[in-house]
Amino acid sequence: MSDMQPWWRRSAVRLAMLCISIPLVVLLAATLHPMDGHAVHLNSVLDGPGTTHPFGCDSLGRDVLARLAEGLLLSAGVGFSVILLGGMVGISIGMLAGWAGGWVDTVLMRLADIVLSFPGILMAIALAAMLGPGVDNLVLALVAVGWVGFARLTRSQVLSLKHVPYIDAARACGSSLGYIGWRHLLPNIAAPLLVEASFGLAAVIIAEAGMSFLGVGVQPPDASLGTMIHEGSRMMLVAPRLVILPGLLLFLLVMAVNLLGDALRDHLDVRSQLRS
Amino acid sequence: MLARLICYRLLQAVPTLMGVATLVFLLLHLVPGDPVDALLGEMALATDRQALRHALHLDEPLLMQYWHFLDGIVTGDWGASLVNSHPVLSLILERLPATAELAACSLLLALALALPLGFWAARHAGSARDTAAMGFSLLGVSVPNFWLGPVLMLIFAVGLGWLPVSGREAPGSIILPTITLGTALAAVLSRMVRSSWLEAIDTDAIRTARAMGVGERWLWWRHAARMASIPVITMFALQMGTVLGGAVITETVFDWPGLGLLTIEAIQRRDYPLVQGCVLIIAGFYVLANLIADITGLLLDPRQRTENE
Repeated sequence: MSDMQPWWRRSAVRLAMLCISIPLVVLLAATLHPMDGHAVHLNSVLDGPGTTHPFGCDSLGRDVLARLAEGLLLSAGVGFSVILLGGMVGISIGMLAGWAGGWVDTVLMRLADIVLSFPGILMAIALAAMLGPGVDNLVLALVAVGWVGFARLTRSQVLSLKHVPYIDAARACGSSLGYIGWRHLLPNIAAPLLVEASFGLAAVIIAEAGMSFLGVGVQPPDASLGTMIHEGSRMMLVAPRLVILPGLLLFLLVMAVNLLGDALRDHLDVRSQLRS
Repeated sequence: MLARLICYRLLQAVPTLMGVATLVFLLLHLVPGDPVDALLGEMALATDRQALRHALHLDEPLLMQYWHFLDGIVTGDWGASLVNSHPVLSLILERLPATAELAACSLLLALALALPLGFWAARHAGSARDTAAMGFSLLGVSVPNFWLGPVLMLIFAVGLGWLPVSGREAPGSIILPTITLGTALAAVLSRMVRSSWLEAIDTDAIRTARAMGVGERWLWWRHAARMASIPVITMFALQMGTVLGGAVITETVFDWPGLGLLTIEAIQRRDYPLVQGCVLIIAGFYVLANLIADITGLLLDPRQRTENE
């Protein structure tokens, strides 16, 4: 099938770099031109782009460039935290379920099934709404949904590796589950997990922004790309850039992560493993 | 044998639904501190607090609360909204047609875009046409619908004035929400159509048919299409569930008076019984969609039947 690989897959990494370069330029510009994204300047309300405010000001006269940079860092920060925490929880649960089998496996996988019985975003919205607003609760809600993919993938991989000779040998040497998992299983299942993580990251970044857009994530005055789109959509007729800019950055960020995920999947050739 | 497998799948859905109900029940207990404090504030009168506590069954032991909750679901008594005292179930049923309409239109749009696009990409795999089709798919997956909505609104409703900005009353008001919700579905589905068709065309059966002199057109449309249709139909059935999750955001963007908007309104007003009801009904439909996907797979694919036996 490799001869059927279209051009965009082979060049996915280059395209991803191109996509990510624009958010990076925004971050760089915000570093070189430091402004307080929380400072309200009532005499600059809805000012257009200029030398003082390169991307203009929002409806409260806050510098858009500084807020975009803050939002980008927050989106990326939440994304990586959720993937890291969700990955740690999911991989541990998946490894335990696959290794122990029996009732432990049944209980843990039924739990995963129940979480999967909700549309992911709805579950995260409901959890975040109940836990209350704030970045910590947002991360918690997304981890509560995000661990399942890692757990199921890890379990299926552990089941297929459980009885290979080198694992049997490690067990015969008296190695503990923790040691076998860390030293032998994890390196061998890292490839599909990495691909899962990259696609998960894109989904989490969109989910965080979506939840902040709905008001159950990051709360004002903190800036998230989602809250900026929400605030900007109220001013859409007067200053469309307030919607277009944060959305465009979010789109480029997600596109870059998706492209890297695609490239990683093709490079590591884990499509068949993911499907199983 | 098939009937037995289907019955088995139906029975399997019962514990899943129980699990869903349990999780929705526990949602109220996730509210930090006392939910009554969260609703009325700490300065509220003791009698008001007691009345609300009683209305939410919070003055009873947890197991009794759970029993009331399950009993209510089965008997159709889903509690009353804390905002206007209307029964939760009737509020939900009132909004259901709008969401059903939006979901159906979005799924149809997804199908209408994904089938030709996926086939086109597969037929010309590796060419510029494939690149264009899959590039569109990647765009569709990466564009957040809460951004696509306002941008479409800006262009077609505000700029060109062709379509209404929001709401459900004006003619043509469903077009922009449908495009917003359907694009991501079409993007995922078209990738599935492409990969399923390419996988089907690469099988031994097709190779044999080709060696026997069957024409390319016949191979693609008759033999490969049938093989490729199974995962595509399963994916489509799964999307019947995911579309409801996406509807929460799309309905909020376009002020579309459906279940998604009701959920967000309930969250903003801290109307916990209504939040529970909305989450329960959406999750119920999601489980149903998964069940339909499973059963369709069993009906269409004899291999799945043998595997499951």
